[in-house]
Amino acid sequence: MAAIEILGLEKTYMVGFWRKRPKRALQPLHLTVEEGEIFGFLGPNGAGKTTTLKMLMGLVFPTSGTARILGHEWTDPEIKAQIGFLPEQPYFYDYLTAHELLDYYGQLSGVPGKDRKRRVEEVLQRVGLTDIQGVQLRKFSKGMLQRAGIAQAILHNPKLVFFDEPMSGLDPLGRREVRDLMEQLKQEGKTVFFSTHILSDAEALCDRVAIIYKGELRGVGAVEDLTSTVQGKVEVVWQGTQIPASMKALGADCHVTGDTVRAVLAENQQDAAIDALRRERIRLIAITPLRTSLEAYFVEKLQPSQATAGKTIGTAV
Amino acid sequence: MSPRIVHIAANTFREAVRDRVLYNLIAFALLLSGAAIFVGQISIDIERLVVVDLGLTAVSLFGVVIAIFIGIGLVSKEIEKRTLYTVLSRPVRRWEFIVGKFFGLAGTLVVNTFFMAIGVFGALFYVAHKFSKPDALILVALYFIVLEFLIICSLALLFSSFSSPLLSAVFAFSLFVIGSFAEDLRGFAGLAHGVTRWFATAAAYLVPNFSALNVISAAAHEQPLSSQLILHNTLYALFYTAMALSGAVLIFERRNLK
Amino acid sequence: MIPRRMNGRKRTTVTAAGCMAVSLIACVLLLRHIDEIRPKATIEDALYVNSPKMIKRASVGFDGLMACIYWTRTVQYFGHRHFDRAHTYNELAPLLEITTTLDPYMIPAYEFGASFLAPKPPGGAGEPARAIHLMEYGISYNPDNWHLYYDLGFVYYTELKDYRKAAEVFERGSKVPDSHPFMKIMAAQMAMHAGDFATARMLWTATYESSHETNIRQNAIEHLRSLRVDEDVTSLQALVTQFGERTGRLPASISELAAAAHLRAVPVDPDGNPYQLSATGQVLVQNPDDFPFITKGTPPGYKPAPPKFHTKNSD
Repeated sequence: MAAIEILGLEKTYMVGFWRKRPKRALQPLHLTVEEGEIFGFLGPNGAGKTTTLKMLMGLVFPTSGTARILGHEWTDPEIKAQIGFLPEQPYFYDYLTAHELLDYYGQLSGVPGKDRKRRVEEVLQRVGLTDIQGVQLRKFSKGMLQRAGIAQAILHNPKLVFFDEPMSGLDPLGRREVRDLMEQLKQEGKTVFFSTHILSDAEALCDRVAIIYKGELRGVGAVEDLTSTVQGKVEVVWQGTQIPASMKALGADCHVTGDTVRAVLAENQQDAAIDALRRERIRLIAITPLRTSLEAYFVEKLQPSQATAGKTIGTAV
Repeated sequence: MSPRIVHIAANTFREAVRDRVLYNLIAFALLLSGAAIFVGQISIDIERLVVVDLGLTAVSLFGVVIAIFIGIGLVSKEIEKRTLYTVLSRPVRRWEFIVGKFFGLAGTLVVNTFFMAIGVFGALFYVAHKFSKPDALILVALYFIVLEFLIICSLALLFSSFSSPLLSAVFAFSLFVIGSFAEDLRGFAGLAHGVTRWFATAAAYLVPNFSALNVISAAAHEQPLSSQLILHNTLYALFYTAMALSGAVLIFERRNLK
Repeated sequence: MIPRRMNGRKRTTVTAAGCMAVSLIACVLLLRHIDEIRPKATIEDALYVNSPKMIKRASVGFDGLMACIYWTRTVQYFGHRHFDRAHTYNELAPLLEITTTLDPYMIPAYEFGASFLAPKPPGGAGEPARAIHLMEYGISYNPDNWHLYYDLGFVYYTELKDYRKAAEVFERGSKVPDSHPFMKIMAAQMAMHAGDFATARMLWTATYESSHETNIRQNAIEHLRSLRVDEDVTSLQALVTQFGERTGRLPASISELAAAAHLRAVPVDPDGNPYQLSATGQVLVQNPDDFPFITKGTPPGYKPAPPKFHTKNSD
C-alpha cells in the first residue's frame, strides 16, 4: 500500500485587495510515496512545498484534487493518530515545560495514560533533550525547540512522519543527529516525508525525491537513478605533477592537487587516457565514473521550460 | 463529550493561569476593592454602597479585560504562531478546538471571579462588620457577571477565528461597551424612522444585552430580583454564547491556515 | 460515492449553522420577554447618581454622547409612563436637567420640558418652577433662539396664568433677530386678550407647527381639540340662556335648540358626536374622556381620565 497518494491536489489563492486575481500556489500535483521509504520533497523557498504539506495536514483546503494517506481519505481525522507532523519553525506554548507539552500532545493523539509517561521520557531521550525538567518552553533555544518539535512528531509512534525543513535552526552536530534519527525511523519501518532546500541532506538520506518549483512538479525519481543520468564523464587521477601532451590533446580538464593530478574527460576517451599514461610511465591511481550531483540535476530542472513560460499568473480556475 | 475537548480545556486553563498578565490584573482588582473601603469612608452611610458598587464593577471590568486579552491571546496567537499546526495534525476536530478553548477560558474566568469575589466580600466585612441577608444579592450579581463573561469569551473566540489579535480585541471590547448601552440602543431604535429604525432595531437585538445583565446597582441598593428574571437571563446568556460559538465554529472550519 | 469522512465536515457545518439559527431566534425571543418582566430599571439606575455635575464629570469628555443617551432615556421614560397611565413623572425633571447640563445646546430638551414639565399630572410632571428654571438656563446658553422665549412664555401662560410675565417674555423674544413675527403678536395678545380662546388657539397652533417632536405635537392637538369643545360649549351655553330668556323654559333637546338658533345642523364635537343637553340645561360633550383638557361640557362630579393621544388633526 502506498503511504501517500497525492491525486491532483491544487491550490489557487485569490490575491489583491480590491479586484482579486488568482495566484496559483500549486498546480495539480500527482505524487506517490511508498511505505517504508524516506522521501525528499525538494524545492527553493516559495516553491509550494509547505503548501502541499499543509494541504495534506488539512490546514489548508485544496482548490481541487484529493489525496490518500495510508489508504484513507486525507480528511479523515482518525488517520491523524498514525501520522506525525513537524512544521517549519515550530512555536509552542510558552509556559509549558517540554514534559507537559508532550503529555498534552500525547493526550490529543490518544496515547493511553499509562504509556504516556514512559513514551515521553523515551522520546525526549531520543531527540537529545535531557535535563530540561521544569524548564518552560519559552526558555528553549531554537535548536531545542526543533528537537521538541521532532519529539512531538514521533511521540505517538506514527507510521508516517512529515517533516517541514527539519534541519533548520540546528548546528552541524544537530543536523547529523536528525539525519541519524530519520535513518532509524526508516529502519523501524516508518515512512518519512520531508521537505527541504538543502540538497546534501536529501542526497544522503532519501530513497526517492521530488523536485518542485513555482508550484509545479519538475522531476521525481530515486536518487540513484537521477544522479546517474550519466554525464558520460570519468575522472582520472595519476601520480606526479606531469600532464602529458597527449592528455591535453584529448581535451582533458586537468587540475594539479599536491602531488597528484586529476583530469576529467569523456567516458569514451577512457582507454586513450590510460594508454597515454602508460606510454609516459605515469602511475595511474584511480579511474572513477562521474555521477551528476543532485545539485546539478536540481539546477537543471529549475530552468524555465517551454511549457511553463507564460503559465504562472492568470490561469483561470 | 469527547475527551479531547477536556484536554484542550485543561491545557487552556493551565496556559492562562501561568500567564503573568492574569496575576497583575487580579491584583489590581483586589486593590480596587481595598480602595473602595477608603472611598466609602467619605460618607458613613454609603460605605456599603460604595464597596459593593465599586467592588463589583471592578470584578466586572477587569474580568472583561482578562477575558478579552487572554482569550484572544490564547486563540489568535495560537493561530498566528502556528502552535495550532501541531494540534490540528492530531485527531482533533476543528470544532473541538474551539469548544475546548471556550471551556478552558470560561473556567479560568470563573476561578478568577471566585478570587476577586473573596476580595469584595472581604472589603464588605471590613466596613459592615457582619454579613446580612441582602448580601446574598451580591452573589446573584456575581452570577450575572459570570454570565457576562461567558458571552464575552464566546465573542473573543468568534473574532479570533478570523481576525488578528489586535482587531479581535478591539471588536470584542467595542461590543462590550455597546452591549452595556443596549437598552439605550433599543430606545434609540424606538425613536428612529425608516431604514435607520430597521438597522438600529437589528443592532439592538444582535448586540449582547449587557445592560440587562448588569444588576450591580440593584445589588448595591439591596433590591431583590425575581427568579423569573434570573432564569431568563441565564437562558439568554447560554443561547447567545451558543450563537457566537457556532459562528466561530462555522468560520474556523473553513479557514485556510496560512 | 462520497466517503463518510467528507461528511464529517459537512455535518459540523450543518450542526453549527442550525445551532446558530436556533440560538439567534431564542435570543430575540428571550430579550423581548426580559424586557417585559424587567422593571424599567435603567432609568432608576441612571438616577442613582442624581447630580448633573457628577454625571458630567463621569462622562470624561463624552458629554455629547451621554447627552444623547440621556435624551433618549428621557423620551423613553416619558413614553413608558404615559403608556402605563402613570400619574407621576418624578424623574422627568432630573433627566432633563442632566441632559441639558451635558449639552446645554440641545434645544429639543427645553421644548420637551416646557410641554411636559410644567403641566399638572397626569398631563405632565407638575413642576412649573423647575420648568421655568430650565427655560431660563436654556436661554442663557442660547440667547439667539427665539423659540426658547416662546417656550418660557408658554409656561407662564398655560400653567401659571401669569399673563403679564408671559407678555414680557414674548416681548423679549420678539427682540431676538430673525424671530418669528408672531412673537410680537403674542406679546400684544397677552397684554390685552389673555383669557380669550383665540389667543389660546394661536398659542397651541404655533406650538404644533413649530415643533418636530411627536409627543409635543400630539399634546398640542389634544389641547386644540379641547379648546374647540370649550368654545363650542361656551357658545352653546349662551344660546341656551338666550332660549331660556325668550321662551321662559329650557330646550327639550339639542335639536330644538339648534332649530331655534337657526343652526344648519345639530352641533357636533371634533369627533363628530353631537353635543347633548342635560335635564338641567347644561351642554355636555358625549365622551368627555376623549378630550382630556376640556374645562367645560363635563357632567358634575366627572373625574378626568389620563390623556391618550390621538394622531389625527382635528382642525
